[in-house]
Amino acid sequence: MSFVEYSDCIQDGDVAIVYLNHNSVMPVKVQHGAQTQTRYGVIRHSSDLIGQRYGSKVTCSKGGWVYVLHPTPELWTVALPHRTQILYTTDIATITMMLELKPGSVVCESGTGSGSLSHAILRTIAPTGHLHTVEFHQQRAEKVQEEFTEHRVAHLVTVRNQDVCKDGFGVSGVADAVFLDIPSPWEAVGHARAAMKRQAGGRLCSFSPCIEQVQRTCQALVDQGFEEISTLEVLLRVHDVRTVSLPLPDFGPDSRTETSPNHAAISLKTTTAPREMPGHTGYLTFATKPRT
Amino acid sequence: MADNGDDQYRINEGDYVVLKRGDIFKAVQILPKKKVIFEKQWFFLDNAVGNLYSTTFEISSGGILQPQKQKETGNPSDLKEAGTDNRHIVDDGKSQKLTRDDIETLKEQGLKGQEIIQQLIENSSTFRDKTEYAQDKYIKKKKKKYENTVTILKPSCRILAMMYHGREPGKICHLRYDTLAQMLTLANIHAGSKVLVFETCAGLVLGSVMERMGGHGSVIQMYPGGGPVRAGVESFGFPAHFHDTLHEFPICHVNALLAGALDAAAKDPTADEKQFGLAAEEEQIPPEAEQQGSPEEQSMETNTEDDAGQDQEKIEKEKRREAKAQEKKVKLEEKQKKLAAAAALLEGRNADGLVIASRFHPCPVLMTLLRFLSPSRPFVVYSQYKEPLIECYTKLREVGGTVNLRLTDTWLRHYQVLPNRTHPVLLMSGGGGYLLSGTTIAADRSKPAAPQQSEEPAPKRQKLKDTEG
Repeated sequence: MSFVEYSDCIQDGDVAIVYLNHNSVMPVKVQHGAQTQTRYGVIRHSSDLIGQRYGSKVTCSKGGWVYVLHPTPELWTVALPHRTQILYTTDIATITMMLELKPGSVVCESGTGSGSLSHAILRTIAPTGHLHTVEFHQQRAEKVQEEFTEHRVAHLVTVRNQDVCKDGFGVSGVADAVFLDIPSPWEAVGHARAAMKRQAGGRLCSFSPCIEQVQRTCQALVDQGFEEISTLEVLLRVHDVRTVSLPLPDFGPDSRTETSPNHAAISLKTTTAPREMPGHTGYLTFATKPRT
Repeated sequence: MADNGDDQYRINEGDYVVLKRGDIFKAVQILPKKKVIFEKQWFFLDNAVGNLYSTTFEISSGGILQPQKQKETGNPSDLKEAGTDNRHIVDDGKSQKLTRDDIETLKEQGLKGQEIIQQLIENSSTFRDKTEYAQDKYIKKKKKKYENTVTILKPSCRILAMMYHGREPGKICHLRYDTLAQMLTLANIHAGSKVLVFETCAGLVLGSVMERMGGHGSVIQMYPGGGPVRAGVESFGFPAHFHDTLHEFPICHVNALLAGALDAAAKDPTADEKQFGLAAEEEQIPPEAEQQGSPEEQSMETNTEDDAGQDQEKIEKEKRREAKAQEKKVKLEEKQKKLAAAAALLEGRNADGLVIASRFHPCPVLMTLLRFLSPSRPFVVYSQYKEPLIECYTKLREVGGTVNLRLTDTWLRHYQVLPNRTHPVLLMSGGGGYLLSGTTIAADRSKPAAPQQSEEPAPKRQKLKDTEG
């Protein structure tokens, strides 16, 4: 198991994702002799997990069952312990494409936060790329480093515990792409530019929840000579598949037809919108570094 | 520092590139003395060679490209005069004193876009009364019309997806770029995996998957009809070794493969011709061979003046026929070898991902191709329409074998960000298509649950000591 490489069977030391139901998953560190408590009962790692195929059904002690899935950055995003507000898959997918990430890309990121985006970046840039991620909160930086090791991606990432606005990314002239998710991204735009490859038209993305932040960031990007500046917002709409039944009103006896319709409803398959949905995550501002 | 070898950042002859002006893109190849028409202007790309990617060029007379000088600072008008509102602006069509002919004359005189705009401003009676914001907007609009520049970009999934969506959405089943982005992420496309792709999006989806795999692992294009369509893959300009990871398998042989009867179906050459449209390809070969033959024939006629010539001609003809048959055989063998290689990849039924984006009904495609995936692997299906995906969802719930099913679409809005003038862009895309995504699970081996439970100690006691005996 690794977050950048599939394997077929669950092994001691893996991180597996337990799929409880549609909107509930949990990460499990697989360990000989350990057990995990779920609402359906206990999962015993030695007998229920180790040696089983990823994707297997596991019957818990109370008779309920769960599925054990191979970890992916997307499952991790919905399973990970939140230490901060995190980025979700819809934004992550857009960021990955718009930053033109691919195997071999060198990426700078700040802040690391809970590592939701970091895992997705690592998956895409492996096996030859590198992620330089900067987090100013010491415990968070340490914790995420631990997770990278557990997820077997530590060789692809360098975690630095410093303030990106003051100290930059700790590298210069190497990055193909930079991602900023910090309170005052405009203060880091200069550092971002310095971290990027000189002659390549590298890409930058800044994620900010507030439009005032976006305005100041865009001004800083213009001042630093960035091109193709573009701000967008992307939202996920989920469609719940349902069979609905629509009753037909009774118009009374109709002289034109002999028989009155006795089926009082029509049922059909359609989708419904959730009652509430995340209506705002943040604005994504993208730009291209000028070549020098 | 890390930029010592800057060759990869420079435009080379033979490169596939993307031309850009404003939001308009066009994919072309850099070929010597090749006339390119873009946005109603023609030019040659020869001068671009050796320049850095993302350089903006000015098109001068004769279609010659010239790198634009770095950052022409400031706007054409440095007038600081501006009105406060539009109460004095009357649309009488008389504010611009230059006529169409005047502007044409200026163009003929070889004035640059920037200079023409300056002229337009000077000859506009209302420009000074416009607010500062309106002036900006005016200049921006005129720039778009009169500046003849083109930027040359290195192709990428982002640029090509935006290009196709803007220019030829019909060719890619109206797949919007952010939807493609979701697909690549939801399918966990990454280096080293084995991914099945079924698409009728001109090769855009296939190329995007290949870009994300970086030449590591394998991509198997499952194709309908006579042959794989992948014009869009070319535009990515991948290095040659990427193509070694690309395999193809005709969808018409899938049933045979699943039944373990592919050998019988594919190794019969006549069946091949009938089944996967080899016949159509073969038809193209004879005229080609004929053309190659005719100059030979002519030269032969002039050389041989005696009777022996006729015999020789006969022999030559026979030889050609043999060569043609040989060529056909070699081609067929090659095709069969490739088919066998793709079949070998599929036979293990251990693919790591499945991506479907086509004009076909997704339901049978999905239900069939899912059988090639390992358990605990993601799949994603795109459709321009929601209803077929509802059908897929319903069917999957019925037959089982998948979890994490989600039917979604994305809403995308762009913003204008300017000091005191920030707002959503007035026009937005009405829809980018729908996605059904999910994860496969292992087939239920339906082992009896009760004995398994009794074998294990109770959970409470378990916590105190190690389970492993």
